[in-house]
Amino acid sequence: MRHDRRAFLGNAAAGAMVVTSGAALTSCADTGHYEPGKGGTRWAMVVDLRKCAEHEDCRACTQACHKTHNVPDFEGDPLHEIKWIWKEPKFDHVFPSFENHPLPAHIRKKPVLVLCNHCDNPPCVRVCPTKATWRREDGIVMMDWHRCIGCRYCVVACPYGSRSFNWVNPRPYVKEMTPDFPTRMKGVVEKCTLCEKRLSQNLLPACVEACPHGALAFGNLEDPNSEVAKIVATEFTIRRKPDLGTEPEVYYVV
Amino acid sequence: MYDAGKIVLGLAVFVGVSAFPIWYNIAAGKGAYAVQLEPPPNGTKQCVAETANGYMRAEHMHILDEWRNMVVRDGKRPKVTVDGVHYDYSLSKTCMNCHSNKEKFCDSCHTPAGVAPACWDCHVAPEDK
Repeated sequence: MRHDRRAFLGNAAAGAMVVTSGAALTSCADTGHYEPGKGGTRWAMVVDLRKCAEHEDCRACTQACHKTHNVPDFEGDPLHEIKWIWKEPKFDHVFPSFENHPLPAHIRKKPVLVLCNHCDNPPCVRVCPTKATWRREDGIVMMDWHRCIGCRYCVVACPYGSRSFNWVNPRPYVKEMTPDFPTRMKGVVEKCTLCEKRLSQNLLPACVEACPHGALAFGNLEDPNSEVAKIVATEFTIRRKPDLGTEPEVYYVV
Repeated sequence: MYDAGKIVLGLAVFVGVSAFPIWYNIAAGKGAYAVQLEPPPNGTKQCVAETANGYMRAEHMHILDEWRNMVVRDGKRPKVTVDGVHYDYSLSKTCMNCHSNKEKFCDSCHTPAGVAPACWDCHVAPEDK
């Protein structure tokens, strides 16, 4: 067989494809995206809106969370407000792609409880330049406030508004100091950590424990006997903005 | 050298003025400071690491960094065990439990040494409670 230049280039290109395609395919597949069903621990929360929306003025979870984590209270000033878990006033602000009209009366004009979704594919983590935020093995999107430089990329990247920035020193605005937990400082982003400190002490998250109406459930979604796994398996649940592919771990029963 | 007298005098004045902070502090008796660390008010004698030969004085910040990385980043909360007593990896729970007066312990060395660690921007010192 005559090996001319054209044949040589063709063979070289085919060879290069074979050698590199394996690596290229695995690098595409390995995006850090969580695959359900792998076992282990994947913390998740279920908000039962049927129960939660019944009690429009209840803020027991917010109060418990903010007290536990020394979240400052700027008395409704939207410029400085720090939010970990809070109620959004309108259903269609929280679920903009949920376009059924009219919505059933029990949710139509009712506030919706929202918090960090602890996404399986968190956009905030992808943009953080200092790895001050990352997804733990157990699914918690964790923050290291020591390492946050206050660039606010994560605030912009989060499609749920779950991250707040400390424009001023928050400490004077902490109404009741819990000395076991730090405050934050000026120039740092903060958000819900799913009470990872309480989880390490085998306690439920503060909001779940505080809810007087049993509207919040928490557990390991990979364990079929956990409360959340049972609810998700039996009830119809929705998640916020699923079309973005962030794979939230906060489920809503409507 | 022309005008030697004026030059020498000028140099002397220059050195004197530029060295003002040094000789002023020596004259005022602030040239040297002795660190007075308050022993733990609760009477504890045992620290989480060796305190002799200035080990803790030189290494405490590295120990704290190691604890922070273990707890926050690795999500692990092991214990330091010294003489059968278990201590948490915690600045506010372990260190400040004994050294409960930040002014008389931490600050008494950091302030004269001109060190400004950011610990207390967020962590709550015992007297802030």
